[in-house]
Amino acid sequence: MSNPANTDGKAKEAAATPPPSDISAADGGVRASHSLDAANILSVNNIEVVYNHVILVLKGVSLDVPRGRIVALLGANGAGKTTTLKAISNLLQSERGEVTKGAIMFDGAEVHSLSPNELVRRGCIQVMEGRRCFAHLTIEENLLTGAFTRRDGAAAIRRDLDLVYGYFPRLKERRSATAGYTSGGEQQMCAVGRALMSRPKMILLDEPSMGLAPQIVEEIFDIVKNLNEKEGVSFLLAEQNTHMALKYAGYGYILENGRVVMDGKASALAENEDVKEFYLGIAEGKRKSFRNVKHYKRRKRWLA
Amino acid sequence: MLGPILETLIGGLLTGVLYALVALGFVLIFKASGVFNFAQGAMVLFAALSVARLSEKFPLPIAIVLAIGVMIVLAYAIEFLVLRRLVNQEGIVLFMSTLGVAYFLEGFGQTLWGSDIYKIDLGISKNPIFLFESVFPGGILIDPEEVAAAVICAILVTVLAVFFQVTRVGRALRAVADDHQAAQSVGIPLNYIWLVVWATSGIVAIAAGMIWGSKLGVQFSISLVALKALPVLILGGLTSIPGAIVGGLIIGAGEKLAEILLGPLLIRWFDLAGGGIENWFAYVLALLFLLVRPQGLFGERIIERI
Repeated sequence: MSNPANTDGKAKEAAATPPPSDISAADGGVRASHSLDAANILSVNNIEVVYNHVILVLKGVSLDVPRGRIVALLGANGAGKTTTLKAISNLLQSERGEVTKGAIMFDGAEVHSLSPNELVRRGCIQVMEGRRCFAHLTIEENLLTGAFTRRDGAAAIRRDLDLVYGYFPRLKERRSATAGYTSGGEQQMCAVGRALMSRPKMILLDEPSMGLAPQIVEEIFDIVKNLNEKEGVSFLLAEQNTHMALKYAGYGYILENGRVVMDGKASALAENEDVKEFYLGIAEGKRKSFRNVKHYKRRKRWLA
Repeated sequence: MLGPILETLIGGLLTGVLYALVALGFVLIFKASGVFNFAQGAMVLFAALSVARLSEKFPLPIAIVLAIGVMIVLAYAIEFLVLRRLVNQEGIVLFMSTLGVAYFLEGFGQTLWGSDIYKIDLGISKNPIFLFESVFPGGILIDPEEVAAAVICAILVTVLAVFFQVTRVGRALRAVADDHQAAQSVGIPLNYIWLVVWATSGIVAIAAGMIWGSKLGVQFSISLVALKALPVLILGGLTSIPGAIVGGLIIGAGEKLAEILLGPLLIRWFDLAGGGIENWFAYVLALLFLLVRPQGLFGERIIERI
């Protein structure tokens, strides 16, 4: 399921030397050096997001998604994951949010001022949190709305519809069912399939695991992995389910209070003591007392 | 007795078709953008004025095509100057803005086209047709213009239904109606969709305006027809095209029948004057409906999974 090569060798190495070498501090020179790299399909550089002109939600977030990879964006409720994704897909404008600082490069071009549909046309599409299928449309109609921006003709769209049905056989069975009456898992598949219909280079996937049974979550993550490998679609995956996300992603960023507090290879993050304790719920030895939380605070390197 | 009742019923249903046409314009815009467009009546007036004045210079079909152009330009102007600036404001703000548009259009229509009473000649005979003369004494009287209205309405609704169900833009319209942010996220541009619905409801306004205009003459009072569309909307549901049609028919038939059936009873039982029932019947019916079934007969079914 995950990458076996990573989980073994590097993870041990990471665990052996805290702080591990392939986990870097969020700010600082490291980021600046590779944010212009052409190998990155997406690079977000130090963005600030303000809602309603006053509420500062993102306080300088930077991240990169290498072409053809899955990158996880982790964090608790309200950490800024969804806001980050919406800043990239430019859906913020419709929520009275605004990117006030920083730059967002997608596929080698600044996309900060583009409309969401222009961005979809260029190959970057968001699958929003909570599925958001069009409830009164059938599954097939839902999928077809994803092809709205395409100009390459009905035959090509038809072909991709079959492709989507290939990845999601369940959707094919339920193609004429009203989406509002399908199960949560089917709706999530429908939402991912709908995004796929736009022929994206990159999908911003927001909380695909929300409200789904663990088995279904696994099924969906497997399909994501599959799409990533076979169709070459890059993913930026915002998740609260840290365990799942780190299992499927190659690299991860951890957001807290609108800042990236940690980033690193997924395998290294999964072995990191802090991540284990605060996001995976695995404590070493006996339970830690709240006094020791201070130790964690000290680790927030961006404060320094 | 049956003859007059049948005649009233048919007359009422045909009037109802006209109410339905106006209500249809409301439904289109409300469905796709959640805006209750108070300016629909003003748009009907504006459309009727455009057709009337243009048909003085051009033959009617050309005048209609030109008027469609005018309504599309108008839709674009409203989208660009008003709606686009108010994205994500509260519903009440958008509603107020359509009030502004309504009064602007009423005035501007007169500035542009003049404020006299104009006529639209659809080339349909004004002479009533008598049906079933052998069955009922005197037969049943039918206004050919109202029959034409019904036919136009039927064609329009069929075209709209096909447009909504099978075309790419129609599908996008329904998607926007369901969840506009999700629609935006898959690359459906809201501005374009709004332009399409306002233009479409402008075209529906042309149909309504032409028929009303040819019946009553094109004059300011046409914009008040929109007020009759409100009970139709409450009855049929704000989001349902079939609802607008059925609601229109019920209101149209109901108020005419109430006038001839309820009127005499009120006179006999309560010694009232008994007239004017047609004027309030629709609203009382709508109020009752609000109490019993607030989403209307065909309002969007709220999909809930348990």
